[in-house]
Amino acid sequence: MTGKTLYDKLWDAHVVRREEDGTALLYIDRHLVHEVTSPQAFEGLRLAGRKPWRTDTVVAVPDHNVPTKDRDQGVADPVARTQLETLQENVNTFGITFFPMGDVRQGIVHVIGPEQGATLPGMTVVCGDSHTSTHGAFGALSMGIGTSEVEHVLATQCLLQKKMKNMRVSVDGHVGPGVTAKDIVLAIIGRIGTAGGTGCAIEFAGEAIRDLSMEGRMTVCNMAIEAGARAGMVAVDDTTIEYVKDRPFAPKGEDWERAVAAWRELQSDADAVFDHEVHIDAADIVPQVTWGTSPEMVVPVTDRVPDPAAAGDPVKARGMERALEYMGLQAGMPVTDIRLDKVFIGSCTNARLEDLRAAARVVEGRRVAEHIKLAMVVPGSGLVKQQAEREGLDRIFRDAGFEWRDPGCSMCLAMNADRLEPGERCASTSNRNFEGRQGLGGRTHLVSPAMAAAAAVAGHFVDVRTL
Amino acid sequence: MMERFDKLNAVVMPLDRSNVDTDAIIPKQYLKSVKRTGFGPTLFDDWRYLDPGEPGMDHGQRRVNPDFVLNDPRYQGARILLARKNFGCGSSREHAVWALTDYGFRVVIAPSFADIFFGNSFKNGLLPVVLDEAIVDRLFEEVQAHPGYTLTVDLEAQVVTTPSGESFPFEVEPFRRHCLLNGLDDIGLTLQHADEIRAYEARRRAEAPWLFDAGPRA
Repeated sequence: MTGKTLYDKLWDAHVVRREEDGTALLYIDRHLVHEVTSPQAFEGLRLAGRKPWRTDTVVAVPDHNVPTKDRDQGVADPVARTQLETLQENVNTFGITFFPMGDVRQGIVHVIGPEQGATLPGMTVVCGDSHTSTHGAFGALSMGIGTSEVEHVLATQCLLQKKMKNMRVSVDGHVGPGVTAKDIVLAIIGRIGTAGGTGCAIEFAGEAIRDLSMEGRMTVCNMAIEAGARAGMVAVDDTTIEYVKDRPFAPKGEDWERAVAAWRELQSDADAVFDHEVHIDAADIVPQVTWGTSPEMVVPVTDRVPDPAAAGDPVKARGMERALEYMGLQAGMPVTDIRLDKVFIGSCTNARLEDLRAAARVVEGRRVAEHIKLAMVVPGSGLVKQQAEREGLDRIFRDAGFEWRDPGCSMCLAMNADRLEPGERCASTSNRNFEGRQGLGGRTHLVSPAMAAAAAVAGHFVDVRTL
Repeated sequence: MMERFDKLNAVVMPLDRSNVDTDAIIPKQYLKSVKRTGFGPTLFDDWRYLDPGEPGMDHGQRRVNPDFVLNDPRYQGARILLARKNFGCGSSREHAVWALTDYGFRVVIAPSFADIFFGNSFKNGLLPVVLDEAIVDRLFEEVQAHPGYTLTVDLEAQVVTTPSGESFPFEVEPFRRHCLLNGLDDIGLTLQHADEIRAYEARRRAEAPWLFDAGPRA
């Protein structure tokens, strides 16, 4: 018998029953809820006269719609306000743990789950948000779900699922200075494509992944979905356990000892077989910049914007031409010639303390370029913000000309007031460069926090390693 | 309750782009709604209209983009969307499926779908059909060559049939097919196994008690 992968182990530990065709009822340990994808699910429960199965697994927080400044004035947008009030009503009605705006623990759902220790190794974690893959960094099976599934999990504590395939992406060796988790994951997506992991759970492995902090591993797993994989994960090691220890929701005392012993098993066996294996040499990775309207449209900062004529496949070439037109770029131009209008440092991909520190190191003693209309830092949570302020990072950013905001999803998806105007070009530490993602007609380039900070200072992309 | 699906003959609308993401299917500003309905008029909003849209607008008064396929008179009444690979990638927003069904689509045919969108579709009576890329290429040629082109999609028989009688079989997971054919509420089905869920919980609680004491601890 061959060994099991990490995903096999997590799957097997959570199967409640199997249908004849292999569809399984999978038990869910943690259900994270935000305001956008939950109202219809709670309404569905009410209409059917059903009660939530186990409310103690649910943690709710507003993040997508919340304003990132002038919070004392409330939420100006009446439609957003209704949605936020609906979440408040639902958590009150059903007795759900809730971190409202104004609570220092409020923040982006994928930042606060791990921060609170609500995400633990070995758990199944779901949320009505595709970036739930983030939590896999803890050796958890975590997946984004739709609203019908949110309702299903609320009502039954289970998810109906078919097992995915096993894929392992190994990043071998060590990255050079100035190359971050974001560059690693963008390079992976550039290699395997935006559908490269469709139907798979991806385990990220190799020395370069082991070298990463938990923040870095979260950045990598966060973008598994941009490679098409609903779940990304990293095996448990000392880095994982150190991070989890003493967090508010983490087990304590004897439970802690038992839990750690169990978590140590959360590794793929040496003889486990994967359906797909990809190897990437860490030493080859340089800071990445996306040039197009899909995360797979990415190149090293040292490179040029690619030419559709070289694509081969006509459907792909048309897609590239459309992307170049939308982005207002010329094939063959150096990436460092791309001039920016706005800079956004934030999102569930890159708004943790380590990200803000990396950006601040680049910014310190420098100024945002004259023509940059807005450079903003949106911390991932109130606690991240508080700690950053203790370290004086807010001062560094403000002195350089950045705005320092309150936590939320903000301009990653521009549901609140933070957005690009048509034609504006943004260096963004978020996860999606889709057409209109950051505002109708807006042009998004995905980069690491250090690269975004460097771009803010230079006014155009620049290789952060040369600063 | 979910609308059941068995067989449909309908006009096909071709959307000739790969990696159509859920932000394109329904832009973020409409996600502030707390309802499941009313998303049809803003399906593909950024491509479909020339002016910016906001929730609560009368979308009938907006300037339509005559070059976008959804506004082409020959595809009016289409209930089958023909798409390229990786359709529905990106966000998990089920609003994308609600927008397609609210507009009137019951089937999307593509060489591949993103996982979350694929699952969301079945929960809402929208059938995603995967056909080989070469077949999809041919269907694009046929639909563009023949105004009023229709296809018949038969879920019971798992086959797509062209007007000339050519047919292409497709795969569907038996459980999903069963639920869609019968319009079954899968929460109701799952709750039939409540005892098994409780038995699992009892077993699991003994193995991993920390998972059952989930609140913040002092």
